[in-house]
Amino acid sequence: MAEGRTVTTTLAALGQFGDAVDFIFHKRESVGGGVKVGGPGELTRLGWTHLKVSLLATGFATALAAPIGLYLGHKGKGQFFASSVSNFGRAVPILALIAFFIAYLGIGLTNVVAALTLLAIPPILTNTYVGVRQVDPEVVDAAEGIGMSGSQIIWRVRLPLALPTFFGGVRTAAVGVLATATIAPLANVQTLGEPVINPQTYGFSGGLGAAIVVALLTLAADAGLGLVQRAVTPRGIKLQKASTGKRFSIPILRRREQTT
Amino acid sequence: MRLALIAQSLAPPEKVSSCVRDDGFCPDWIVNHWDEYQSPFLEHVYLSAVTVAIGFVIAFGLALLAHRRRWLTGPIVGITGALYTIPSIAAFILLLPITGRGNTTALVALVAYTLLIIFRNVTTGLQNVPGEAVDAARGMGLTDRQLLWKVELPLALPEIFAGLRIAATTTIGLVALAYLAGAGGLGKQIAAQITFKSNVVFAGGLCVLLAAASDLLILGVQRLATPWQRAAR
Repeated sequence: MAEGRTVTTTLAALGQFGDAVDFIFHKRESVGGGVKVGGPGELTRLGWTHLKVSLLATGFATALAAPIGLYLGHKGKGQFFASSVSNFGRAVPILALIAFFIAYLGIGLTNVVAALTLLAIPPILTNTYVGVRQVDPEVVDAAEGIGMSGSQIIWRVRLPLALPTFFGGVRTAAVGVLATATIAPLANVQTLGEPVINPQTYGFSGGLGAAIVVALLTLAADAGLGLVQRAVTPRGIKLQKASTGKRFSIPILRRREQTT
Repeated sequence: MRLALIAQSLAPPEKVSSCVRDDGFCPDWIVNHWDEYQSPFLEHVYLSAVTVAIGFVIAFGLALLAHRRRWLTGPIVGITGALYTIPSIAAFILLLPITGRGNTTALVALVAYTLLIIFRNVTTGLQNVPGEAVDAARGMGLTDRQLLWKVELPLALPEIFAGLRIAATTTIGLVALAYLAGAGGLGKQIAAQITFKSNVVFAGGLCVLLAAASDLLILGVQRLATPWQRAAR
């Protein structure tokens, strides 16, 4: 009996997912009736707003956080500031932040972008700072030794060597923003979260379909930005990584020999 | 909003100040209504604590497994990484047809999210154990199990605790969204009256305080668990 019930529930679950996929590809009557919802047309419109909001927020955050992180990292100052920003950024729940913006500044695109920008700043700031700090001091010494000026060292030595870590931060921030833009409809900005937040119009399948699209979108963005991150990594670092990788594998090998 | 209206119509004796009518930030309203936040707050604590506890048990087990069988590290990072990348908001909805509305769905999605954070930190901690310490332990005749529990894991504790702190603060923030999966917590309270400043500031403030308190708590436990680090300073 119990087994039979499990099978029925599994089938029911599959049915809901099937219906959700149908929502993505075909228009349908809304729950209340009268309007057509879903289908590629509406999802493209929602997806476009979703991308626009996310790009703006990530762009603003990068423009704000990268120069500060680069400067602080170069001067070797403000470690406490950089780590406080990242700790504080994690501690503030994004729903509370967006709610705060809605309650105090009202609804709308600007406020959503502002809240998402605040969300995206900590990972970019921390990663830029760490990326610049972890540049080998001997490399900087060598650059000074061959007569490079302070700004030359920033632009031609520290920045290229910090790029992979910096892009790691942008990647984390962008994925976080894409994920969080899902709750933007709370502030009346119609992103892909619209069917999730308003099931009374879109039905449960609509929310489920939108959730599938959001999940695929973030996974694709993460993979794509990962490729960019690899592409901007200077060849020298890749070579260095390969060699340190080998160096680290020696103690592991030795330990294995001893255990067996 | 609607809840506020219902509450107002149900409780006529209470005088509604202009501050409340304007959705303002009213300290006296908070003083009079703080008990309404008690059970959502406790539910928030419960969901966060259970998530981190289950996430730790699974990720710790996986890390020990990957420590013995190193080839497993890649696949585990791949799978937990995908779980980490899928937005928890989407995960809450995607799990509804399978686990139904309620705390279970929220817990499954949240635990899935913490796995990568904790796994990565335990693995890094174990990898950073100095080879000399391992060699010395071997020289003293420690078995594999003794080496792991008496040398490697204690030396990895700072990284493990760092992972727990990140997992805890992140989880507390995400539990605020668990109301989308039909679970309780402070997020439900925030979303119910999202334009009412008193509600948003108080419930949001409780989330932030909870995150800060859990961070300090884990830091305190770490200090107690690693007395040699204090001695070294």
